[in-house]
Amino acid sequence: MTTLDLTPVARRSRLTWELLDAWVMCRRNLMKTWRVPELLVFATIQPVMFVLLFSYVFGGAIDVGPDLDYVDFLMPGVFVQTVIFGAMMTGIGLANDKEEGLIDRFRSLPMSRSALLTGRTLADLVRNAFIILIMLLVGLAVGFRFGDTTVPAILAGFGVMLIFSYAFSWVSAVIGMSVRSTEAAQSGGMIWVFPLVFASSAFARVDTMPGWLQAFADHQPVTVTVDAVRALFLGGPVADDLLLSLAWCGGILLLFGPLAVRAFRRDAAG
Amino acid sequence: MTDHPAVLVEGLRKSYGRHTALAGLDLLVAEGTVHGVLGPNGAGKTTAVRILATLLAADGGRAEVLGVDVLRQPQLVRPRIGLTGQYAAVDERLTGLENLEMFGRLYRLSARTARARAAELLERFDLAEAAGRQAKTYSGGMRRRLDLAASLIMAPAVLFLDEPTTGLDPRSRQAMWRVIADLVRDGTTVLLTTQYLEEADQLADRVSVVDTGRVIAEGTTDDLKRQIGGDRLDITVAEGCDLGGAAEVLARSGTGAATVDADERRVSVPVSGAGILAEVVRGLDEIGVTIVDVALHRPSLDDVFMTLTGHGAAPAGATGPGGPGGDDGPPGPRTGDDERDLVKA
Ligand SMILES: Nc1ncnc2c1ncn2[C@@H]1O[C@H](COP(=O)(O)OP(=O)(O)OP(=O)(O)O)[C@@H](O)[C@H]1O
Ligand SMILES: [Mg+2]
Repeated sequence: MTTLDLTPVARRSRLTWELLDAWVMCRRNLMKTWRVPELLVFATIQPVMFVLLFSYVFGGAIDVGPDLDYVDFLMPGVFVQTVIFGAMMTGIGLANDKEEGLIDRFRSLPMSRSALLTGRTLADLVRNAFIILIMLLVGLAVGFRFGDTTVPAILAGFGVMLIFSYAFSWVSAVIGMSVRSTEAAQSGGMIWVFPLVFASSAFARVDTMPGWLQAFADHQPVTVTVDAVRALFLGGPVADDLLLSLAWCGGILLLFGPLAVRAFRRDAAG
Repeated sequence: MTDHPAVLVEGLRKSYGRHTALAGLDLLVAEGTVHGVLGPNGAGKTTAVRILATLLAADGGRAEVLGVDVLRQPQLVRPRIGLTGQYAAVDERLTGLENLEMFGRLYRLSARTARARAAELLERFDLAEAAGRQAKTYSGGMRRRLDLAASLIMAPAVLFLDEPTTGLDPRSRQAMWRVIADLVRDGTTVLLTTQYLEEADQLADRVSVVDTGRVIAEGTTDDLKRQIGGDRLDITVAEGCDLGGAAEVLARSGTGAATVDADERRVSVPVSGAGILAEVVRGLDEIGVTIVDVALHRPSLDDVFMTLTGHGAAPAGATGPGGPGGDDGPPGPRTGDDERDLVKA
């Protein structure tokens, strides 16, 4: 039947396999992204529209303080908003794989159980990094400037965004593995993101909101992450928000990582 | 070879909520054979295959592949089985080659072996020309073959095929049958599910007829045919003739009750040979019934199904490529250029 030696490569450590399988899956997802460039284009246009609309339409109406341009205030918010929406692609992609029967096929292989998810989330991280880069260029074009800060702080700002993006990819993965269709993943992945994004410091200062909302807005992950990025980009005290943001991301990963793997192991036929 | 059967299933049960899909299924498949699981929509075929392929947990019963319990040690079963599901599971956005390479890597082949194996399989399944095209541009038949190729990467000892030819045109189906026959010749054990009686007849050494989650008959196709008692005489009579009278005539000569199909104007009766034909013709002549067509019919699995379940095997339009009726004639046209046309399809 074949002249090839089909013995699998000699057993390496579990972690090596995990990484190798994840790399195979990640490459596959990046290849798919590359082959459907429309999706990437739309995913970029949306945040660009946000930058333009918010800075020109609300720029005059939203007061962010005397010595701050609205566009400078806005950009970190739009960055974080973009990566959290971008992270929702993870679940949509997984739900689509499920619909196409690919998840079943992967589950029947002797591959690492979590590599499908790690590969997918890593690919979405790369994709989000690319979109951030495009947005940065648009932001700079409409007048965004880094404030009184340093290059390491700016890089740390992007780092925080990517960690945030990666953590929310796992939330999305749980949704994608639990719903029955791509459409469900699409709407189910979005609805709960809206309150997080808009009841936050992304577009307006939290202290302009009603008291009951402030209680929520002040502490939720989007606000602390936006505030951390803002401080890193524009200057100002950063430690508290940074730690809170990393704590949120760590907590989300610790909770949703295992949940996603469990959902994957469970009957995928749904 | 081991002393274990390739597949052993005993009293397998599975419910989806309150709905019972498997109600104590039993299967025994010897190594190196082809076993057909034959049943109508909803019989539980896919459920059984998914449990055997480690994709679904059963509620109870026993399921072993090559002596390994699929429920307790799925990780030992996975490297030794291949699964081709009811719907082709390939990545539409990847090319044929990329698909097989990816699955090869996930089976832990080295990059080079995965690539060589992919090329080999594409060649073998007549997909070499399409290797560089995204799978979404493939025809249904090509996609099925790519899917099958993906489950053969590790040359598995046991292959599960869930309705491998459903939705294929007669030519693609013929090509698929040949591929499966080749695999079996190479020593692969195949468990295949089908709604096509003819497919089981063509490919399977033994058949289990499944209805509502349990096996209602098991044996070689010949065994099953014998169960319903030998040959059958079908007589189609002219418009306006007395069907009831004709049935009485047939019942007198036959070995069982006569059945009447009023739409087709056909009267049928089980018989023990062609010897009674003259007697029947004379009898019909006497009561003034004009005969349009006479056929002596060797039983098909279709008849087996009818007899066992009291309902047909598959909904209308789902019979094999030989056309409706499940007659024993040769299946579909067998032309020499099947394969070449497939690739262009
Ligand atoms: N995920 C599910 N949830 C609920 N019911 C299900 C599920 N999967 C299958 N069933 C039911 O279980 C029964 C057996 O289904 P199964 O898919 O095994 O049948 P099948 O023999 O493969 O049918 P077909 O020929 O249509 O493929 C059917 O009645 C089906 O409706
Ligand atoms: Mg089925």
